[in-house]
Amino acid sequence: MAEAAASIHEEEQLGKLYDVATARRLLRYLYPYRRLVMGALALTVVINLVRQLGPLLTMWAIDDYIKPAALGRLDLEVAFQGIALLSAAYLLSLAVTLGIGYFQDVLLNTIGQRVMYDLRDQIFRKLQSIELAYYDRNPVGRLMTRLTSDVDALNELFTSGIIEVLGDIVLVAGAMGMMFYYSWELSLVSLTVIPLLIAATAWFRRGARAGFRLIRTKLARLNAFTQEHLSGAQTVQLFNREEKALAQFAEINAEYRQANIDTIFYYAVFYPLVNLISAIGIALLVWYGGGLVIQQALTIGALVAFLQYTQRLWQPIQDISDRYNVLQAAVVASERIFKLLDTPDRIVSPARPQLPARGARAQGQIEFRHVWFAYKDQDWVLKDVSFVVEPGQSVALVGHTGSGKSTITNLLMRFYDLQRGEILLDGLDIRLWELRKLRENFAVVLQDVFLFSGDIASNIRLGNQAISDERIEWAAREVRASSFIERLPEGYATRVRERGAGFSVGQKQLISFARALAFDPRILVLDEATSSIDTETEQLIQQAIGRVMAGRTSIIIAHRLSTIQRVDQIIVLHKGEVRELGTHQQLLRQRGIYYKLYQLQYKEQARELSEMLGD
Amino acid sequence: MSLEELKASRAGVKDYRLSDRIRYSTGRAWLLSYLKKYWGRLTLGTLFVFISVSFGVFIPRQVGSAIDDLKASGVSDESIFRHAAAIIGVSLASGIFLFLQRRTLINMSRYIEYDLRQDFYAHLQRLPLEFYQNYRTGDLMARTTNDLSAVRQIVGPAIMYSEQTLFRVLLVLPLMFQISWKLTLILLLTMPLVSVTVKYFGQQIHVRFEKIQEFFSDISARAQENLTGVRVVRAYAQEQAEIAKFDELNQQYVERNLDLVRLSALFRPLMMFLIGLGFAVILFYGGRQTARGEISLGDFAAFNLYLEQLIWPLIAMGYVTNLVQRGTASLKRMHEIMAIEPAIKDAPGLEPVPEIEGRIEFRHLTFRYKPDGPPVLSDINLVIEPGQTVAFIGRTGSGKSTLMNLVPRLLEAEAGMVLIDDRPIGQIPLKQLRESIGYVPQETFLFSETLAENIAFGVRTATPADIEWAAEIAGLAGDVKDFPQGYQTMVGERGITLSGGQKQRTALARAVIRQPKILILDDALSAVDTETEERILAHLRGIMRDRTSLIVSHRISTVKEADLICVLDNGRIVERGTHEELMALGGEYADLYERQLLEEELAAS
Repeated sequence: MAEAAASIHEEEQLGKLYDVATARRLLRYLYPYRRLVMGALALTVVINLVRQLGPLLTMWAIDDYIKPAALGRLDLEVAFQGIALLSAAYLLSLAVTLGIGYFQDVLLNTIGQRVMYDLRDQIFRKLQSIELAYYDRNPVGRLMTRLTSDVDALNELFTSGIIEVLGDIVLVAGAMGMMFYYSWELSLVSLTVIPLLIAATAWFRRGARAGFRLIRTKLARLNAFTQEHLSGAQTVQLFNREEKALAQFAEINAEYRQANIDTIFYYAVFYPLVNLISAIGIALLVWYGGGLVIQQALTIGALVAFLQYTQRLWQPIQDISDRYNVLQAAVVASERIFKLLDTPDRIVSPARPQLPARGARAQGQIEFRHVWFAYKDQDWVLKDVSFVVEPGQSVALVGHTGSGKSTITNLLMRFYDLQRGEILLDGLDIRLWELRKLRENFAVVLQDVFLFSGDIASNIRLGNQAISDERIEWAAREVRASSFIERLPEGYATRVRERGAGFSVGQKQLISFARALAFDPRILVLDEATSSIDTETEQLIQQAIGRVMAGRTSIIIAHRLSTIQRVDQIIVLHKGEVRELGTHQQLLRQRGIYYKLYQLQYKEQARELSEMLGD
Repeated sequence: MSLEELKASRAGVKDYRLSDRIRYSTGRAWLLSYLKKYWGRLTLGTLFVFISVSFGVFIPRQVGSAIDDLKASGVSDESIFRHAAAIIGVSLASGIFLFLQRRTLINMSRYIEYDLRQDFYAHLQRLPLEFYQNYRTGDLMARTTNDLSAVRQIVGPAIMYSEQTLFRVLLVLPLMFQISWKLTLILLLTMPLVSVTVKYFGQQIHVRFEKIQEFFSDISARAQENLTGVRVVRAYAQEQAEIAKFDELNQQYVERNLDLVRLSALFRPLMMFLIGLGFAVILFYGGRQTARGEISLGDFAAFNLYLEQLIWPLIAMGYVTNLVQRGTASLKRMHEIMAIEPAIKDAPGLEPVPEIEGRIEFRHLTFRYKPDGPPVLSDINLVIEPGQTVAFIGRTGSGKSTLMNLVPRLLEAEAGMVLIDDRPIGQIPLKQLRESIGYVPQETFLFSETLAENIAFGVRTATPADIEWAAEIAGLAGDVKDFPQGYQTMVGERGITLSGGQKQRTALARAVIRQPKILILDDALSAVDTETEERILAHLRGIMRDRTSLIVSHRISTVKEADLICVLDNGRIVERGTHEELMALGGEYADLYERQLLEEELAAS
């Protein structure tokens, strides 16, 4: 069971990573802010050059003033003046560093925030255009991780990552320049440990990278599980599933912990190792540099400066592990983000969208021509489905659950693309329509009514600001939703919580009907929507539907004959095929599937009716 | 129900009392209780930090001595080499304990994180329907992810770095005093400046960060809603409007963050400046001392190195302050949830009751969602005997679902208003109560697992035969035969690959497999076609013969076979009786029936 659960949550392993390509792509996000980047860059260079002054000033102080004075070769007053002057210079450099440091930090963070904004925006847009099948494959929790934690991981990269690495390079180059200037010999000796450092870093890279990847995968799984079990908390409670769910959670939670602990090992080894290598470097300086001082090939001040410079040199290299940490998280996160962004939109507007002769607002003629469709492989859900609905006509799709009725509406709105055949709206293949214009012709009432948090008015209007308050109230009145809405203390401004909690199914459906009506569609799609409403409410809605349907093409999925009886055409679907087609009367006369459906719904009532009438 | 299981259910009671205690304590005390659990590791880790630092502080002394030796005449290469070897040896020893401290302390933080997450999740699981109506899932998710990770930072890196700083300062200061107490005292003058800076910035950053975290919750919740409602968004071509809404929040989020940056950006440069001030002091004052010959050149160099050794701990203090500030804000947000006592829970010391027979009584039941709100149910009086099937019919909002929710205590009625087997349901352990109920709610929630796992959701063990049996009863078996992978078919995140009817029948199978004493169908077959529904109801009549069934529906065909039919209106039972009796009464029910007949008549015409 755990394995089965794992397979759905587990992120697909990403293929071999090409750092350069990912890095270059990440850098491209900086392009719009190149001026800010240039500014930050300039400040970084300046600040790191100014930072070189400290050891230099110390060296001068020791060699020119402190040591000669200590040895009695220099007048103490002259020495004090010199020291004071050099100290003042050092203080000045500190003040400069403070000022520049502030602006550098503000700039870097501004860039980071802007880039994160862009990324979130891009990801969100992508999620609006990616085909619905993608949502079937990826739990919402996983998509949320892309949008939140993964983007955050990139923030560090842009604020303290890239540019500070450049700063480090300036720092290292400056320090090394100074060192070579004063003693190339000692510089070479102190640099002999670099290969050790590189080896240690390479080992660390490999380990931490694998670790991070695993951590992310486990975290996504943990989040998906939590998300689902919070959404379904009532089900868990009703079925006494708490202990089992907690045990499952413990398992996933422990896997996440283990992944973290495995990764900590690499850090635990790396830091001390780098310190040790650094100590070897210092030891070499003391040993070889000491020799040079004895031979008078180097001043003591220069040796002290060397010690300080190597400290400065080692700091950035030691920081590589931190930087690498940041980079690692960023690369892993960006791979995932890019993978999402690179997923091609399979359902898009054509390069040159066409319009039917009469313009974007459709007449509402719908034609299915030999449509074949499968959600997966060859499991055909629709087989060679053909039918025509004339403008203003209404059609009912009838059949058992799973016969393919919902699929027809999904295909019509291009939620999915069919595999064979074609669907035409106003004689034009829907794949030739601009997607937005195509969908604007429809209004849908889905099986599961989805309400957004906000208020009732915003749920009717959705994001369409062209829909006025008056229109909302009118639409609500038409579908008789107004009676319950107006009874609420705050009326149309009544707060709607997440997923419409607090409203009954019937109320939610009424709101969703008002929503459909407010949009004034050419084509109305009702998907089993009337089935959970009590008879009285349904009758109110039936009246309203009559008004909504007038002059519109309507496609209705309903089990209820009251809905069906008013339509112009009934399509009977059975196992994905159109088995019967015609009006209510025609189909009854055929004595086929429809007749059977009809009999089942009403034979009992018909019997009792005849009893009551005394027949 | 075995004795062990009953004991286990009583163990749950103890947990509730724990959360009681938590409520009156602060979040810090809550976190401390986790640290206590790992005090052994913490002590050991602290010891490792101490040893590691102890070795580390020898390095500047070694360097200083080497420099002083250089000045002395007749110094041998050998003595310098000894200094160099000592530096490496001390660093190696320090490194080994640095490795151990990280393995001990950071691992500990991961264990605590695990415990926290486990307890947080367990707590959420106990909270009732009402809680989930008030807190958005996205908000709760933010608390289990971002906030939890911020809290972990307190017990991991923050502790480790604080200890490093503390020991470093404690060990380095005496060594510095030894060289020159005057110079050390002057240096110590800059230290309070660092502390003041850290404190001021820490507080300011904390306040702004907290607001940003709250805002982040809103953003996540908004995005999550968009993703969950993707079909509606697409169907109404609202992508652009959704993008615009998200953009606005995104924009605001950036601005709030930059607001924080303008303050926090000063923090690090200021720290660097204050630290640099220390070096300036050494250069100016220490330089004069050395020139005067009060301290040696080696001491002067060692002093610089000691200060270097203090830099990172001082920076770490700032870093730790941030971690702690952020962690505290997050801790508060998590604790806020932990402090919510489950409103529906077992009374302390509740004993298990004999096996539930299924007699349900509503006694003068009046129910309001809010104490001052209008009653949703008014004075309901009804006795349902074991083996009876009672149907509830009535218009939307008449209180049917509320009534159904009261039986498994998803909602809580006043004591003594709902009784099972003549016992107020508050006196039946929650676990035992729910175990005897099979509930099929209006809106189906399936999990991202296989069909078989979804059906066997509420039973301890289930054989494939059990699952098939339940599916057969629920009218699902035929559909499953058509699935290539049968019962091993994965159900999408919200059962997306199944039709509405299939989802409902899966939920029914999930209830049936428990062989419950009480079966509740809350309009649970609305998306199932009539033919299938009829078959299902026939199956159910077979297995529910000596059990109690409560059925809510809008269809006469669903309810008319019931032993008793109750018509609800505005929270009251306005009519009750069998189908025939209600027809004879000629009231609301007969009206409803007639309307459905009329439909048929029209259809037939």
